Amino acid sequence: MDNTTPKNSLVIKNLQVAVEGKEILKGVDLTINSGEIHIIMGPNGSGKSTLCYALMGHPNYEITGGEVTFNGVDVLALEPDKRAHLGLFLGFQYPREVTGVTFGNFLRIASNNLQKNREPGSKPASPIQFYPVVQKAMENMKMDKSFIGRSLNEGFSGGEKKRAEIIQMNLLKPKIAMLDEIDSGLDIDALKTVAEGIQQTFEEQQIGILLITHYQRILNYLKPHFVHIMSKGKIIKSGDMQLAHALEKEGYDQFITA
Amino acid sequence: MPNNTQDKLAADLSTYKYGFSTDTTSVFKADKGLNKEIVEAISKYKNEPQWMLDFRLNAYEIFKSKPMPTWGGKLSEIDFDNIHYYVKPSDRSMRDWADVPQDIKDTFDKLGVPEAERKFLAGSGAQFESEMVYHNLQDSLTKKGVIFEGIDDALKNHPDLFREHFATIVPPRDNKFAALNSAVWSGGSFIYVPKGVHIELPLQAYFRINSENMGQFERTLIIVDEEASVHYVEGCTAPTYSSDSLHSAVVEIIVKRGGKCQYTTIQNWSHNVYNLVTKRAKAMQDATMFWLDCNLGSKLTMKYPAVYLMEPGAKAEILSVAFAGSGQHQDAGAKIIHAAPNTTSTINAKSISKGSGRSTYRGLLKVYPGMKNCKSKVACDALMLDKESRSDTYPTMEVDEDEVSIEHEATVSKIGEEQMFYLMSRGLSEQEAATMIVNGFIEPIVKQLPMEYAIEMNRLIELEMEGAVG
Repeated sequence: MDNTTPKNSLVIKNLQVAVEGKEILKGVDLTINSGEIHIIMGPNGSGKSTLCYALMGHPNYEITGGEVTFNGVDVLALEPDKRAHLGLFLGFQYPREVTGVTFGNFLRIASNNLQKNREPGSKPASPIQFYPVVQKAMENMKMDKSFIGRSLNEGFSGGEKKRAEIIQMNLLKPKIAMLDEIDSGLDIDALKTVAEGIQQTFEEQQIGILLITHYQRILNYLKPHFVHIMSKGKIIKSGDMQLAHALEKEGYDQFITA
Repeated sequence: MPNNTQDKLAADLSTYKYGFSTDTTSVFKADKGLNKEIVEAISKYKNEPQWMLDFRLNAYEIFKSKPMPTWGGKLSEIDFDNIHYYVKPSDRSMRDWADVPQDIKDTFDKLGVPEAERKFLAGSGAQFESEMVYHNLQDSLTKKGVIFEGIDDALKNHPDLFREHFATIVPPRDNKFAALNSAVWSGGSFIYVPKGVHIELPLQAYFRINSENMGQFERTLIIVDEEASVHYVEGCTAPTYSSDSLHSAVVEIIVKRGGKCQYTTIQNWSHNVYNLVTKRAKAMQDATMFWLDCNLGSKLTMKYPAVYLMEPGAKAEILSVAFAGSGQHQDAGAKIIHAAPNTTSTINAKSISKGSGRSTYRGLLKVYPGMKNCKSKVACDALMLDKESRSDTYPTMEVDEDEVSIEHEATVSKIGEEQMFYLMSRGLSEQEAATMIVNGFIEPIVKQLPMEYAIEMNRLIELEMEGAVG
């Protein structure tokens, strides 16, 4: 890390979240700056995905306490689309399908819409301007360009959906991206492509990344600056890559019971 | 509550951009209400032959004798005594927009009709109130023998061709509203495409109701001769008034051996219009009839485009989109009659209900005994946007032959919370996300429209989606 003040900063303080009346997050503190990769690991049901959904503003996740700011702006008061305009992005574990809307058109509409909101008065990209940009992003993610004309996520395999999420992250230019189990259900080649895609977007756009995972294996390709362990709705330990290696050797148990 | 009503009216006006009315002076306006004298006056005014007057009077008796349908939508609020049955806006139909009276021309300019003709049509017609005020066809097509005229003109100019086909597909006795139309009909298009002539660009007719409490009763008759083809497009709008108007048309189409006809409707009446229309086509050997029916406007629409497959090799395709916003009921569907062996049909109906809107699919598929090797595929999909929206499906199948292949599927879905959240997380507002899902839902049908109309359709859907989505 260099010594200059980070440009963008997502600050989470004592965040508490309930789903259907049940408290899932019990006070999470975390700051993610641009130029940082954070990884949250932890057993099933510890609240990792809940953190992502709550930060993006899913209506079923009730905020019962705490605060979240992005560059000083109160994130929790905003609808999901306004959070996206600020610069938040969520890569889904299970991306949704939209029939009749092609992947290419969707990307262009979403990208132009974000640009319009982030820089009022800017000119939207025409299909002719946008197409080569999409094509390049798809080549990087080893996705056949025929997907441009297919309905968004419809009939995509699990791996194709995940790659499509990374293409979206790359083209929609967020400031802070949250990636929820982006590595689940991928074979080794797809995992490598996805991880390299994340690393490339990170390096080119100097964004901040919060990556949720169950598995160590994505760490073979990504170099996080911070590793956090989450258990029972709290971050119980934070460290660097060493913590991930310790986890790999010894498992969660010693940290959870400690 | 008066305030609520005003808010609602204001909301309607803001989303329905065709709700303006124009001050026009009509040449003749019949008093409200319907009786034998009005029927006679219409015929006399049009200088019709005796047989047409007799036809009208007979139809009027049938109209009086038939009870109101008790199925479909709520018809009891129609006040037949509070309607002007005939309003003549100008002296005659013109071939040059410059000759159309200025106030009427202004209306169609505002609606973009002359511009559309210049850009992408082979011919266009415009009906204002009860009469066609304009009809024009490219000279090259006139030279090939194509006829595209106001139907009243066709009765005078081509009396034999007219009489041979008129009311042969939809007789007055068919239903109460067909009888009403037959008694007081006025305006509409007449098309004849001679043997082997293919009209590449669409012909369009635009129907506009301008007066309050107006009844528009046009008839369209299309004859596609052997191995010929045509694509006819109709559009319609009306001003937003506090009291209701009635549109009750009859459309008859004959497609002869090897011919092809596509009939496309973009119905966008204001939300105070009852739209009760009988549309039917007859397809002969190896002929193809294709209805593409888009219903967005009106208070209540009851419309079931039908195809009678009369000879082997005949094909029917009926694609439809219905959008029922708050307070609207779209009772729409399709009817296919397999009256010959080796005939094929496809129905694909998609409906959307929003707010308190209600959409109904009502369809009939009939295969007569002995009609072997008929194939049919029926698919109806409904999408509901709100908790209070309603969708019903009545797909009647009467298949009296075993050696046939019939497929039927129906789906009902709601816009999912997870799908909305996914799109909103990409920066789309709630309304933009819902509009994207709706436009995606109807895309398989919209893509069958010529590009200009597809763009118009997506824009109309956007307008309909304005306002809160729950």
